[in-house]
Amino acid sequence: MPLEQQKRHSFYEWCRRGEPLIWINAAAVSLSAIAVIGLLILLTVRGFGHFWPADVMQANYQPPGESSKVLIGERVQKEAVPIEQLRSAGFQLETDKVFLDRELIKSGNRDVSGADFSWVLSDYLSDITYPEEIMVLERHEWGNFYGYLRGVKESGEAVATQDQSHEVLWNAFLERLERAKELHSKIEKIEKKDIGAINYRIEKLRLRERGLELDEDLSSEKREREQAEIEAERAALDAEYRVYQEELVGLYTAINRDSIIAEAMNGRQVELRLAKIVHAFKPNAMNVFDKVWFYIAKFGEFLTDEPREANTEGGIFPAIFGTVIMVLIMSIIVTPFGVVAAVYLREYARQGLMTRIIRIAVNNLAGVPSIVYGVFGLGFFIYFLGSEIDQVFFPEALPAPTFGTPGLLWASLTLALLTLPVVIVATEEGLSRIPKALREGSLALGATKAETLWRVVLPMTSPAMMTGLILAVARAAGEVAPLMLVGVVKLAPTLPVNGNFPYFHLDQKFMHLGFHIYDVGFQSPNVEAARPLVYATALLLVVIIALLNLSAVALRNHLREKYKSLEL
Amino acid sequence: MSTDTTQARTHGIKMDALGRGTAVNKLEKEDIALTVDDLSLYYGEKQALHNVNMVIPRKRVTAFIGPSGCGKSTLLRCFNRMNDLVDGCRIEGQIKLDGHNIYDKSVDAAALRRNVGMVFQKPNPFPKSIYENVAYGLRIQGINKKRVLDEVVERSLRGAALWDEVKDRLQDNALGMSGGQQQRLVIARTIAVEPEVLLLDEPASALDPISTLKIEELIYELKSKYTIVIVTHNMQQAARVSDYTAFMYMGKLIEFGDTDTLFTNPSRKQTEDYITGRYG
Repeated sequence: MPLEQQKRHSFYEWCRRGEPLIWINAAAVSLSAIAVIGLLILLTVRGFGHFWPADVMQANYQPPGESSKVLIGERVQKEAVPIEQLRSAGFQLETDKVFLDRELIKSGNRDVSGADFSWVLSDYLSDITYPEEIMVLERHEWGNFYGYLRGVKESGEAVATQDQSHEVLWNAFLERLERAKELHSKIEKIEKKDIGAINYRIEKLRLRERGLELDEDLSSEKREREQAEIEAERAALDAEYRVYQEELVGLYTAINRDSIIAEAMNGRQVELRLAKIVHAFKPNAMNVFDKVWFYIAKFGEFLTDEPREANTEGGIFPAIFGTVIMVLIMSIIVTPFGVVAAVYLREYARQGLMTRIIRIAVNNLAGVPSIVYGVFGLGFFIYFLGSEIDQVFFPEALPAPTFGTPGLLWASLTLALLTLPVVIVATEEGLSRIPKALREGSLALGATKAETLWRVVLPMTSPAMMTGLILAVARAAGEVAPLMLVGVVKLAPTLPVNGNFPYFHLDQKFMHLGFHIYDVGFQSPNVEAARPLVYATALLLVVIIALLNLSAVALRNHLREKYKSLEL
Repeated sequence: MSTDTTQARTHGIKMDALGRGTAVNKLEKEDIALTVDDLSLYYGEKQALHNVNMVIPRKRVTAFIGPSGCGKSTLLRCFNRMNDLVDGCRIEGQIKLDGHNIYDKSVDAAALRRNVGMVFQKPNPFPKSIYENVAYGLRIQGINKKRVLDEVVERSLRGAALWDEVKDRLQDNALGMSGGQQQRLVIARTIAVEPEVLLLDEPASALDPISTLKIEELIYELKSKYTIVIVTHNMQQAARVSDYTAFMYMGKLIEFGDTDTLFTNPSRKQTEDYITGRYG
């Protein structure tokens, strides 16, 4: 039969049906999916494991040719290394194995032993135990402490010693730690918030005084009155400051009252002041639920706290905040600007050589390396525009710059410029897709071109504008290079939005997740401690960009729904 | 005004010379709304309309028929200056609405379009509610009083024979209506601004037979209040709804006269060929 004859199972037939193409396409899609999922898994595993309270090992370690010593610490990582490499590193190894396992131990106690991470050879570890009494102390400085609690002191007098049961000792410690934490947060509030606000107001007064000096037209009578006012205010602020200062002195004496005696792994006993301790816990004594609870608390702290110890400890809240606020300001700037430009290009400009050149230029602008925008932002916005603004509006602060220095506004503006082409292109695309019939329908009712644009065309283009904005946000949130030139810093003392009038400080420098990753990963003095934070921060950056994008996508879909079935 | 009417009639007589005796006699008694005076239209180099002369009688239905690309839609779009929007479009001659040249420099196109409404081939409601679609023209004019708008919306929807179908869902999106309803909504939207002339560009060509019938009935009713010009491909439709018919071919007005005469006793060979289906 002719039908059966056609059904040939040849390779040629197989190709002709397009099967190879389908397979290649499927392979490409799978590869991309695997790449994305793999990236997320890597970041999650490497980053979020950090917050888990790992068990703390105690063991004897005696590599060949050295004396035995006690090791206390978390086992972080294990790998096999060729024996040759170890021999060349100076180990006297008598073994016929080719590879030996070695482990990275986080033993903390940087202040006692100098380094808080060390590599050891697994084969020479013996008597590995996990004693429940081992405690981990997170400290405001010097990293973690691992060791045993040996005594609690109040004003130098021992209130609990190791003669008592461990339970009593530990509880006495926790009780006092709780008090110290409370005091610490009080100190923090006074130093950061109250005294910070006073300093801010004193600085404002200084600027006002300087402004008086610069104002030559002022009558001497008025000048004196103003001057007196400033003096009175300053005196009031100084008085306020002294009250806080006294309170602080009291608090510091109180917080420094208590201390503990702890024994580190080499048997040394050290006295640690409770004021320096953030958390104390005994991971080996914790069950899974305790650990999960601890994990959640730690993770929450990571999201909401400020960084400590050159960004290697504590949280990243200021960086999250900075990233989000910068992206928002950028969106607010870039959307109207891009839309207006696109409307002119598509609707009003005569379509000719000139508009084609402009369009090509705009498209190419999207391909300019971002660091170039950074340089432009620095050169134009900060050095030119910023210093002009300072000359005109803030002469009293000079020579200290107000806007003539990198800051939030300039960073947002630079990124707005960087993402402008995307918004223009997307909006133009959207404008060109609005059916002519609808425009004519509006015009035929006596609407002018502007009215038609405003009432019919632009609302219908809004999904396209949102698409542009989504792309812009995706690009801007991940950008780091230009920001390093125009406003991002390693550590900003205050958030750009805070309690000091006018609450919103566009001139301030800010922190950013992308730069934070770079800083923690590559500028940190403590690479091993910082590494998990790099992964965790990277994942968080991805999540935040995804969230920003998703909210824009949701908004766009809502708009699309509103204007759908428009395919006339 | 009177001299213009005379002038219009002169044109009627001129056309008479082209061979339409009875039609002109009837036309002569009509009040003239629009006068087309030696109108030529060019798209760049290409001439789309060749020296068209005609009159559109007031409160009557005038139909333009002819094969595709003959220029009937182009001529229709000249009446409310829709061709202004086309790049490279150039017009010679005049069109007078109540004696005033609408292509005069002093004429505001938007104001003209309020006076000469237009309904397009495909229904083009705005992606807004039914209510807002009808109120659109008034809002453009700055009328935002709810009482006034309510009244006009109801009157217009009744005028377009749509009120009973949509009165309970005025706030629904207009895009959820059927094609026929959408087209009547567009008509309601157009008559809401109370134009003098209504231009219909193949208003039923995208609709099913029942919707078409409704539109035709509507045209019949609207003619008591508006001067209607309709472009149609469908000769039966032209015969059913119109009082006067113009046959166009290759950008030229071949024959213009009252519908009965033109369909039963065309004076030109081309017209006869077309309406008997020999070409087009």
